[in-house]
Amino acid sequence: MQNSGYIFDIKKYSVNDGPGIRTTVFLKGCPLTCWWCHNPESRGTEPEKVDNCSFRWNLSHDPAQRNIIGSKVAVSEVMKEIEKDIPFYEESKGGVTFSGGEPMLQIDFLYELLSSCKKNDISTAIDTTGYASPADFEKIYDITDIFLYDLKLMDEKLHYEYCGVSNKLIHDNLRELSSRDTKIILRLPIIPTITDSEENISRTIEFISSLNNIREIDLLPFHSTAKSKYERMKIMNKVIELIPPDKKYINEIKNKFSELGIPIKIGG
Amino acid sequence: MNERIKKLRQQSLDAVPTLSHERAQLLTDFYKSGEAQKHSIPVARALSFKYILENKTLCVNEGELFVGEKGPEPKATPTYPELCIHSEQDIDILHNRSKVWFRSSEETRDVILKEVAPFWKGKSIREKILEEVDEQWLDSYKAGVFTEFMEQRAPGHTVGDDKIFRKGMLDFKKEIQESIAKLDFYNDTEAFAKREELRAMEISADALITFAKRYSILLYELAKKEKDKRRKNELETLAGICERVPANAPRTFWEALQYYWFVHLGVTTELNTWDSFNPGRLDQHLQPFYKRDVESGLLTEDQARQLLQSFWVKFNNQPAPPKVGVTAQESNTYTDFCLINVGGVTEKGEDATNDMSYMILDVIEEMRLLQPSSMVQVSKKNPDRLLKRALKIIKTGYGQPSIFNTDAIIQELTRQGKSIIDARCGGASGCVEAGAFGKESYILTGYFNIPKILEITLNNGVDPRTQKKIGIDTGNSEKFNSFDELYDAFEKQLNHFIDIKIKGNLIIERIYAEYMPAPFLSILVDDCIEKGKDYNAGGARYNSSYIQGVGLGTITDSLSSIKFHVFDKKNFSMKEMIELLKNNFDDNKEARDKFLFETPKYGNDDDYADDITQRVFESYFKAVDGRPNTKGGHFRIDLLPTTCHVYFGSVLGATPDGRFAKEPVSEGISPVQGADVHGPTSVIKSASKIDHLRTGGTLLNQKFTPNFLETDDGIEKILQLIRTYFRLDGHHMQFNVVDAEVLKKAQKHPEKYRDLIVRVAGYSDYFVDLGEDLQNEIIRRTEHTGY
Repeated sequence: MQNSGYIFDIKKYSVNDGPGIRTTVFLKGCPLTCWWCHNPESRGTEPEKVDNCSFRWNLSHDPAQRNIIGSKVAVSEVMKEIEKDIPFYEESKGGVTFSGGEPMLQIDFLYELLSSCKKNDISTAIDTTGYASPADFEKIYDITDIFLYDLKLMDEKLHYEYCGVSNKLIHDNLRELSSRDTKIILRLPIIPTITDSEENISRTIEFISSLNNIREIDLLPFHSTAKSKYERMKIMNKVIELIPPDKKYINEIKNKFSELGIPIKIGG
Repeated sequence: MNERIKKLRQQSLDAVPTLSHERAQLLTDFYKSGEAQKHSIPVARALSFKYILENKTLCVNEGELFVGEKGPEPKATPTYPELCIHSEQDIDILHNRSKVWFRSSEETRDVILKEVAPFWKGKSIREKILEEVDEQWLDSYKAGVFTEFMEQRAPGHTVGDDKIFRKGMLDFKKEIQESIAKLDFYNDTEAFAKREELRAMEISADALITFAKRYSILLYELAKKEKDKRRKNELETLAGICERVPANAPRTFWEALQYYWFVHLGVTTELNTWDSFNPGRLDQHLQPFYKRDVESGLLTEDQARQLLQSFWVKFNNQPAPPKVGVTAQESNTYTDFCLINVGGVTEKGEDATNDMSYMILDVIEEMRLLQPSSMVQVSKKNPDRLLKRALKIIKTGYGQPSIFNTDAIIQELTRQGKSIIDARCGGASGCVEAGAFGKESYILTGYFNIPKILEITLNNGVDPRTQKKIGIDTGNSEKFNSFDELYDAFEKQLNHFIDIKIKGNLIIERIYAEYMPAPFLSILVDDCIEKGKDYNAGGARYNSSYIQGVGLGTITDSLSSIKFHVFDKKNFSMKEMIELLKNNFDDNKEARDKFLFETPKYGNDDDYADDITQRVFESYFKAVDGRPNTKGGHFRIDLLPTTCHVYFGSVLGATPDGRFAKEPVSEGISPVQGADVHGPTSVIKSASKIDHLRTGGTLLNQKFTPNFLETDDGIEKILQLIRTYFRLDGHHMQFNVVDAEVLKKAQKHPEKYRDLIVRVAGYSDYFVDLGEDLQNEIIRRTEHTGY
């Protein structure tokens, strides 16, 4: 039993990470290094010092914590925060979403959190890159109601180049998951010049059409909100020159996916 | 909106607010004539009302579908010298100030200063009040511990029910006569007083009929001269309507609305009642007329819409009565708080929404006028459609309608002893005040500065601003050994000042009861006729007096800061804390930052702070609720500020929560600006920890940017937020859909806007957390989506 783990934020009234009103818990640590990542502070597995941190989930009122991203918290502490918003989940058919980073990276901690939620009848979702061992997926399958699953690049080499890992495991896990009785929401980052190529889109469509249980596709257009985070964390921002796509362009991409007959949402 | 309505709307927007001397002059003429002295006070008041309505200038504006203005023309605003007298300086201030001005002509100045003021000097209610209250009251009032509502406006705070839509003034007269006939002069020692009051009511009913008849005659004349055939027809119809109502019960949609309007003018001509007056549950009242008229082919949907739009313009033509004294300088709104209610439940407790509910919402959206204000009552029985429709108006950033929890209102009213039926037929008026419409006098008596009580406690009874000892001895606060000791002292001071306020209220209530009866208003409120008693003297079926607590957020955070930093963490001694406050934190940024950012605060669903909120609520409730007023009713609490949190802040030194001296205190039950950093669900959780059902109203503000509400999904998420708040018994919520200007301010002063949520790009975030580049981008975007 893993009674504590590392998180870097808890966000209440989260309205774009699954259905209804949700609380999103951000677990720290990610095996991927996507160029367009808008949570670069999520990558490291341990707490780290950052200037002018805007870290909000700090109920300890401890000034020493102010400029540190991430902290070790007990399952019970996280649950206390999650349970506070139960009336909102009930009213909106929402729940809790574990995001990251890659929440599967702290599988035991995640498992405890998910089971505690289930015990309290709180609907659960995880927002995953899919990069985890099949055994880990097996472990949480029964206690996860919705999988928010990222699909980035179909070409293995390009995936390796832009995300730092191969996509094989990600695709295998997704295939397996989709063969089960589950709810999957696919999340596709639309990154100009990187994921929006003719080829990547058609291969993605082809892949999705071979899957089952896909309830929704979310197109996530690139945005530059993380710019100042990169600056504050002194991490090189490789997509600094990219311009966010406009509405019209995103709609064109949306049209391409519409042949799948699956509901498509722009933004989460 | 058709051409006619556009024109009427524009006429109203362009009309110049002026001070009108007409009412004051007529009133003065009447009282100078010697006629008043022949009668009892109620009858004299009624006769003066009649004199005014018989002689005031009639006004028919081009193209309008309803007649009657408070003054001789739109936005000509009467004064009420029997209550308060405008001095030369007041008139100048009103004339010259840069916002919310009232222009006055030479003639008006002359009449008010030479004829009106000299006559009323020494006789006005305001002077009586200031003579009758004691020194303690005056000291507390001057220190800014509380305000007094009735010092220049009459008790009003009531709203019409359905009775005028069922009965004409002639019917009321009959009831009045029956009540007179039933008087028992053998056993009832008040029989004579009752008869005088009832006679006054009868005279007032006649006065309104006469007023309408004068219009009828004028309209027939105008119709004769009118060349345009359509308008000629309209004028004739309108003349017929004024002949029929208010003498008789209305038969049609048009008659119903014109009838209400005469009543509105009657109430607001008789006295400058607080919160004006309003038709209350307008959708409920109008629906039967609408249905009948449409079915019989008398009215089309478009015509009904046009009538409502024209009706809306009439409200906008009546600015709130101009103030005198300090208030003339500070009061900054033309709004007179007519709050039209839409939705809610029926007498039987069923969903009350109907065609009219939606049509009224359409009208609100299209007319986009300052007045009347509007609100939507939402019960768990009302469909989401109603709420969504309201949110679609709110998202245009116009701040209307506000949203109320019908189920909470009903429980609040029944807790106070109202019947369930009367509660269901009620609603909210003014800002957020729950009331049994047409059956209750629910008087707001003044705002109460709760954080000021802490300041006085910390200074052992002395007000640091006026340097006067106005409180009681509760001990040197530097010597307090525990938070509980401090809190006990705070509670003692609180009770002390509530006692002072209530003593003043009981005196002022009687001043109005004795000197300023309102026989016309009394006709409209059950059971004044039956009891033979005036509205101002306990004639209403229910009589509540409120003291409105202000600064719940500021007091919680201040007490929390002392508890946390002085007693728990021992970061500061009490002495250091008091020194810091005295010196407005001097240049000790570090200490102030601790108070600002490292203190558990209200609005974050943090029990450390919220327990204190509950404790303050209980103390305030205990100090006020259930104490008797002079009308057979009780004192109650509500928590709303209007704009008083600004004034209360201006008389308050620095507070332990990090607030600088003179800055506004928190408003309503909203957290201190920027203190809530965990999003709206946490605010709602904190706000619902106080027991709304034991108040008569609370006010919660939420801020969103327009683009958050851009999509149906966004609207759905706000709807769910509201539904949850109401499930937790929240009373009211209003949305501030902020525009680019606000965002620009947020950029400059991020510490004040830490709670501002914006939709960024498929997700939402705190505005102040975004990089400057993105903030600029959103500001630009918001400028496009803003209205």
